[in-house]
Amino acid sequence: MALYLGFLTVGACSVGGGLAAWTRRVSVTRRGWIDDRQFLTFYALAQLVPGATNANLAVFIGTEMRGGAGALAAMAGLMTVPLGVFLVMGSVYFTLSRGPAGAWIGLALAGMGASAVGLMFAIGFRLGRRNLHSVVSFGVAGATALAVGLFRIDLLVALPVLIATSLALHWRAPPDRTGGGAADGGKADRAAR
Amino acid sequence: MIVVLLQLTGLFALLSVLAFGGGAGVIPQMQHAVVEVHHWMTGPQFLALFALSRSAPGPGSLISVLIGQKVAGLGGGLVSGVAMFGPSSVLAYMVARFWLRSSGAGGWRTWVERALAPVAVGLTLASGIALLRGTEHGWAAYAVTLAATVLLSVTDLNPVAMTVAGAVVLLVLGAR
Repeated sequence: MALYLGFLTVGACSVGGGLAAWTRRVSVTRRGWIDDRQFLTFYALAQLVPGATNANLAVFIGTEMRGGAGALAAMAGLMTVPLGVFLVMGSVYFTLSRGPAGAWIGLALAGMGASAVGLMFAIGFRLGRRNLHSVVSFGVAGATALAVGLFRIDLLVALPVLIATSLALHWRAPPDRTGGGAADGGKADRAAR
Repeated sequence: MIVVLLQLTGLFALLSVLAFGGGAGVIPQMQHAVVEVHHWMTGPQFLALFALSRSAPGPGSLISVLIGQKVAGLGGGLVSGVAMFGPSSVLAYMVARFWLRSSGAGGWRTWVERALAPVAVGLTLASGIALLRGTEHGWAAYAVTLAATVLLSVTDLNPVAMTVAGAVVLLVLGAR
């Protein structure tokens, strides 16, 4: 129950980004469920597993606390408020966009969309600045962006090839500041939203 | 109707397990499937839903709920949400169990982390590229995208504030 309520706060407060920062605040600072080192490890693992990073993070913390039931409670808490907001927002949008104000709403959303695209590029650049330390890393990132973004290669084909290639190229690469992305998880997440 | 719900479930369940490095990486494929394969909506409509999903609380992957709702109403939205978060959460749960049992960092984890990072960076940039290609951007929209890219890259400006600013700019100009 405490897990559900804790993550309910996280979900409700995350407007404008910073889901991971809120998760840390609730689970480490306020409730003391886990310590900082555990949080960073979980955050890194949540990124390695496919799926929304912050949903995975909730599953990790929930599992650590109370096993399967804990994972379910954390996920349910995290999703309650956002899911409600999305369903209401969606029906309002779909109703209004068919009405007389439709053109204005379309224009406003085109502007929001244009900004959101810029946000994606900015996240990519920020993540790149923090996590790419070699020519090889830059090469893999560039190849991924072109293959998936420009040439539209199916992820089912592209991902295994790209990941395998990257694993092979990074095998025993000289040690560098790895885990940089996890070390400032809050900031990374702020950017990632 | 059942067919559409099954299509939604299949699409988002697949994207769920392909979403390495967070939900943003599967946006290009999602856009392709929704706009070009199933013809559920146009490119600009997809961008509008993407914009909505970025300005609401919670994980951005909840865009699946908006798409499902647009295609098949409330039921479609719920089915799509479960499909998008279910499979990846089960995977996360299994990894969490495995991790807590073996509880020790090996060199392999650093290796995997280091190898996955550039792929995740590339996927994020790919999302931007795919969204740009799929919409009828005019000069004003390109200018907003460029300004947002630069400002959000070098400053700590709140992304939601930038999103609202983008809407205001196009409304004032009355053009995209």
